[in-house]
Amino acid sequence: MFTTARRTIALSAAALAAILALGACASTDASTDASGGGKTVTLSLIAYSTPQAAYEKLIKAFQQTPAGKNVKFTQSYGASGDQSRAVASGLPADYVAFSLETDMTRLVDAGIVAPTWNTDEHKGMITNSVVSLVTRKGNPKNIKTFADLAKPGVDVITPNPFSSGSARWNIMAAYGSQLKEGKTEAEATAYLSKMLHNVSVQDDSGRAALQTFTGGKGDVLISYENEAIFAQQNGQDIDYVVPDDTLLIENPAAVTKTSKHPKQAKAFLDFVRSDAGQKIFAQNGYRPVSKTADTAGQNFPVPSGLFTIQDLGGWDAVATKFFDPDKGVVTKIERDLGVSVEK
Amino acid sequence: MSTATTTTGAGPGLLPGARPAPPATPSRRRPLHGKGTALGLGFVVTFLSVIVLIPLGAVVWHSQDQGLSGFWHAITTPEATSTLRLTIGASVIVALVNLVMGTMIAWVLVRDRLPGRAVFDTLIDLPFALPTIVAGLALLTVYGPNSPLHLNFAYARSGVVVALLFVTLPFVVRTVQPVLLELDREMEQAAASLGARPATIFRRIILPNIVPAMAAGTALAFARAMSEFGSTVLISGNLPFKTQVASVHIYNQLESDNVTGAAAVSTILLLVSLVVLVGLDVLQRWAARRG
Repeated sequence: MFTTARRTIALSAAALAAILALGACASTDASTDASGGGKTVTLSLIAYSTPQAAYEKLIKAFQQTPAGKNVKFTQSYGASGDQSRAVASGLPADYVAFSLETDMTRLVDAGIVAPTWNTDEHKGMITNSVVSLVTRKGNPKNIKTFADLAKPGVDVITPNPFSSGSARWNIMAAYGSQLKEGKTEAEATAYLSKMLHNVSVQDDSGRAALQTFTGGKGDVLISYENEAIFAQQNGQDIDYVVPDDTLLIENPAAVTKTSKHPKQAKAFLDFVRSDAGQKIFAQNGYRPVSKTADTAGQNFPVPSGLFTIQDLGGWDAVATKFFDPDKGVVTKIERDLGVSVEK
Repeated sequence: MSTATTTTGAGPGLLPGARPAPPATPSRRRPLHGKGTALGLGFVVTFLSVIVLIPLGAVVWHSQDQGLSGFWHAITTPEATSTLRLTIGASVIVALVNLVMGTMIAWVLVRDRLPGRAVFDTLIDLPFALPTIVAGLALLTVYGPNSPLHLNFAYARSGVVVALLFVTLPFVVRTVQPVLLELDREMEQAAASLGARPATIFRRIILPNIVPAMAAGTALAFARAMSEFGSTVLISGNLPFKTQVASVHIYNQLESDNVTGAAAVSTILLLVSLVVLVGLDVLQRWAARRG
C-alpha cells in the first residue's frame, strides 16, 4: 500500500506540474499582449483532429508571408464536438475549425463567433470532401455503391454517430444515396437498418475506425475521401471508391469575436482561403472550396449524383430527426437491432 | 483518510485496505478532542470536499436537471440498461478473477523463492503506469484480428473482460502483498507444531488475516472496472447493446449534448460502486470481529 501512496503522490505531482505548465503558457500569452506594437503575437488555433498535418504546413507557409511574419500559434486538435464545447465553455481561441457546421453554430449561440461567419462566397466553409468507401486492396468484395453495404456477409466499419459527430456524414451519405436513387424515405430507412446490421465495430472517432480497419477488421470502412488519401499517403494497403451517389462534406472555420488579435486571426483565415492555402489542403487530400486552386497530383472525381446536407434539410433538422438520443431514426434502428443482438 | 476515520469514528472508509483491521479496543474509537486534531480534521475535510465530494456532488446534481422522472427515463432507456448490465456483469467477473489470481500472485511474490521476483514485482505496477488507451492498443495488437498468437478477443464481450483484467490486476496484489509480508510466521509454526495440516493453517491462520485486504483489493478492482474507458474503447468495438460499456455510453451522451443522461448513468455507476465498497467494508469488519 505504501507503494500505491507514493505513486499517487507522484501522479498528483505530475498533474500539478501540468496545470502549472498550462498556467505558464497562458501567462506568456498575456505578456505578449501587454507589450503590443510590432512584437510577435500568439494565436490560439482550435481545430478538429484530421487536418492537423495540413494546418502545420499552412502555419509554416503563412509565417513566410508579410501578414504572418510575427504571428505564432498554439495549436489544439481533438474531436470536433469536444473542441467546440471547450471553446463554448471558455477555452480561449482566435481561430476555430470544425468538421460540422453544428459545432460552429454552438459558438454563435454562445456569442463567441459572429453570426455573419458564413457570409463569404463559400458560406464559411474552407474545405470539402466526399464520403467514400475504403476497401481492401483490389476491392475483393467488389463494393461500388452504398447499396452494396447492405448485402449479407459484408462487414462494415463506421464510427458511432453518437460519439463522433463527424460519423453522421457517413450515415447521412448512405441514407441520402437511397433517396437519390429514387427510393422513398421509408425504403431508405429500411436500407439503413440493413446496413447498420452489417456494422461490426463502431469506434468513437473516424481515426479510431481507420485504425480498426487497417488493423485487419472489416471488408469496408465508410470514411472521408481525405482520410482515405491520408491512409494511402501513409503507405496503408487500401483502395477507396467514391460512389456515384454520395454526400459532399463541408468543413467550416471562423475567427472568434473574442479574439485579442482579430487582425492577425483574420489574416490567417484569409490565407487559408487563398489559392496558396487551398493548395496545401489539396495536397493533404481535402477538396479545395476555391475553384481556382491548384489540385495537381490529386484525383478528385466529381460524382454524378453528389448531394449536400442542405438537400436533406440541413444539419439542424437532420440532427433532430436522425440523431436525437431518444427519438431519432438511427437511435430507433440501433435499438431494434440491439434487442436482437442481445439475445 | 485514516485520520478522518479514526477521529470521527464514523462512516466506512472508501479505502478499507489503507488502514489496519479495526482495533479490538473500543476506547480508541471515541473521538479525541484537541486543537491539533481539529485542525487536521478541518484540513482533511476541506481537501476531500474540493477534490472529491464537490465534483461528485455536481454529477449527482446534474443527473436531476430534468427531475426524478428525467433521471428515471435516462437510466431506463434500452441503451442504458443494456450497457449497465454489461458493465456490472463484466466488473463482477473481473473482480472475482482478481480476487483469486491477485491473491495467488501476492502469495507467490511473498512466499515463493521465485527467480527474478524483483522483476515480476515491478511488472505488476505497469498497468497503472500505462495510459489505458495504450493498453487497449497493445491488447488489440496481441489479441486482435491480426493476433500473432491466433487469439482473437477483439470486438466481443470477452475483449471487454480481458481489457478490464489488464487494468485492474495490481489492486488485489498490492493490497494483499504487504499484509502477507507482515504476517507473523511464528503463528503458523506454532500451529504446525500443534499438528495442524497446511490446509488447516491456511484456513484458520492465514486466510482470516488476509481476508480484509483481499476484500479491499477486490472492491477497488470492481470500482475501477466499472469506470474504465480507455482500454475498452478500442478493443470492444463499442457496438450498442453488445459491447458498449457504460463509460462509452456516457461519452456518447455527452457528445450528443445530453448532459442529464450522461450524469444519470454516471450516478448509477457511483451508487453501485459505493454499495460494493461499503458492503465489502462491512463484511470485512464483521469478519475481523468474528476472527
